[in-house]
Amino acid sequence: MLDRAATEIAKGGVTRRVRFRGAGFVPASSRYGGWIALALVIAIWQAAGSIGLVNALFLPTPAAIVRAIYRLAISGALWQHLSASLLRIGVGWLLGTAAGVVVGFAIGLSRMARSVGITFISALFPIPKIALLPLLILWLGIGEEPKIATIALGVFFSTAISVYSGVDAVPRNLIRMAQSFNVPFATIVRRVIWPGALPAILAGFRITASVALLLVVSAEMIGAQYGIGAFVLQAGNLMQTDQLLAGVVILSVFGLAVGKVIGWLETRLLHWR
Amino acid sequence: MDLIASHISHRFGDLAVLDDVSFTVGAGEVVAIVGPSGCGKSTLLSILGGLLQPTSGAPELRGAPPADSLNPLTFVFQDFALLPWASVEENVEFPLLHTHLSATQRRALVDDALRRTGLTDFRKTYPKQLSGGMRQRVGISRALAVKPAILLMDEPLSALDSQTRELLMEDFVRLLADGGMGAVYVTHNLEEAARLADRIVVLSRRPGRIREVVTVPMTRSERGEAAAREKLLALQTQIWSLIRNEAIDAEREVQHA
Repeated sequence: MLDRAATEIAKGGVTRRVRFRGAGFVPASSRYGGWIALALVIAIWQAAGSIGLVNALFLPTPAAIVRAIYRLAISGALWQHLSASLLRIGVGWLLGTAAGVVVGFAIGLSRMARSVGITFISALFPIPKIALLPLLILWLGIGEEPKIATIALGVFFSTAISVYSGVDAVPRNLIRMAQSFNVPFATIVRRVIWPGALPAILAGFRITASVALLLVVSAEMIGAQYGIGAFVLQAGNLMQTDQLLAGVVILSVFGLAVGKVIGWLETRLLHWR
Repeated sequence: MDLIASHISHRFGDLAVLDDVSFTVGAGEVVAIVGPSGCGKSTLLSILGGLLQPTSGAPELRGAPPADSLNPLTFVFQDFALLPWASVEENVEFPLLHTHLSATQRRALVDDALRRTGLTDFRKTYPKQLSGGMRQRVGISRALAVKPAILLMDEPLSALDSQTRELLMEDFVRLLADGGMGAVYVTHNLEEAARLADRIVVLSRRPGRIREVVTVPMTRSERGEAAAREKLLALQTQIWSLIRNEAIDAEREVQHA
């Protein structure tokens, strides 16, 4: 059989190889590519500043920003601003997330909650939450409460939407399977719907972490003595651009850290995917 | 325990799907339901298993289920319906979690079900790591764990390749051999119906009505013998002649839709 195949190949005639057409469309990121690109940009930025191509007032060098962060750290101001922001983000995010998860599940599981909830969410979600800060100050006073409430509101809507979308996305066949074994409602919610909705919920956490960061900075810029947003605004008013960018870098690092934590949670909780 | 389809009719809005379907599945009996595409086979099974409320008529039970049965009517699903975040043994244990059983009793049932389906070595594996055939074995194992009186099988082999189908069919024959467990087996595959069923309910095109109930004139153990092959083939031809024209019409209807 093999001999015959070999004979047929050897039979003659000009052969040409079939062109490979299956390349591309499989983007894979290299492990160090991003870091190398980042280091390259920082190096060019530093060089441009050092040789005087760029005015330090308009764009301070990375070294100047690092020095500004160091000065902030040893003076204690960094922790003062950072802790104020973290407290607002932490409390606001937790409150908004807790309420969003409860309302999202209610909308996902109850016909009445869905009819009422989706109408309200559709009406209120598009409103920029920071626009409500003056009203919240009027209601809650000028302390921490209105800033926390602004963050909680922003987080709440995104969380509720991602939770009920996640509940909707749980395959119905799994729910029917559980019902066919007479599994009680609460157990179906705990053991089928919750894990099934978790990927969407964690994806929602990524979004709400960014929303919380955005809102804390905005709220602190409008009315706060301490906090990264207040610090950035103050630095901008005093034309201390190295300090301004130090604040921006701190925000970026915070965002990255939150992303890493959520990534770790996804790896731990969604290992089955 | 007998399962009775009593004058079951069902409509989805204006679309009549089933029309006055009545038959009985006796204790330990295997009844296959065949018919053209869209004749309401799966709908009928959902109604029989209490997952769908019929427009009229009702599924009924006669007699008591076996004393140790935890879920007398138990489904085996076409798409397996496994929890992807749970391991094989967690999937099999899932329907036992809300029962009165202790952890040791649950463990014993899971071990037994895994052993009967050849999954003992795969207990810690997740569904995504398994082939289609193995996933369906997990579905069967989960069904066996609750000691059903009647298995409700909705095209359990249709998502599998032919070799895996053959292997699982042998498993079904073995599991149903002692007559302790009955089954309603929905399929479009007449060979599967002829190999497994004691009786074959042939449904008409939508709205599904019973066209004929065909009794398979030999025991399941006899069907493995060479002499039985011709008889089974003749039986399949007989059933195919009943549904062929309607199957063609149904196919055209689907294409037009």
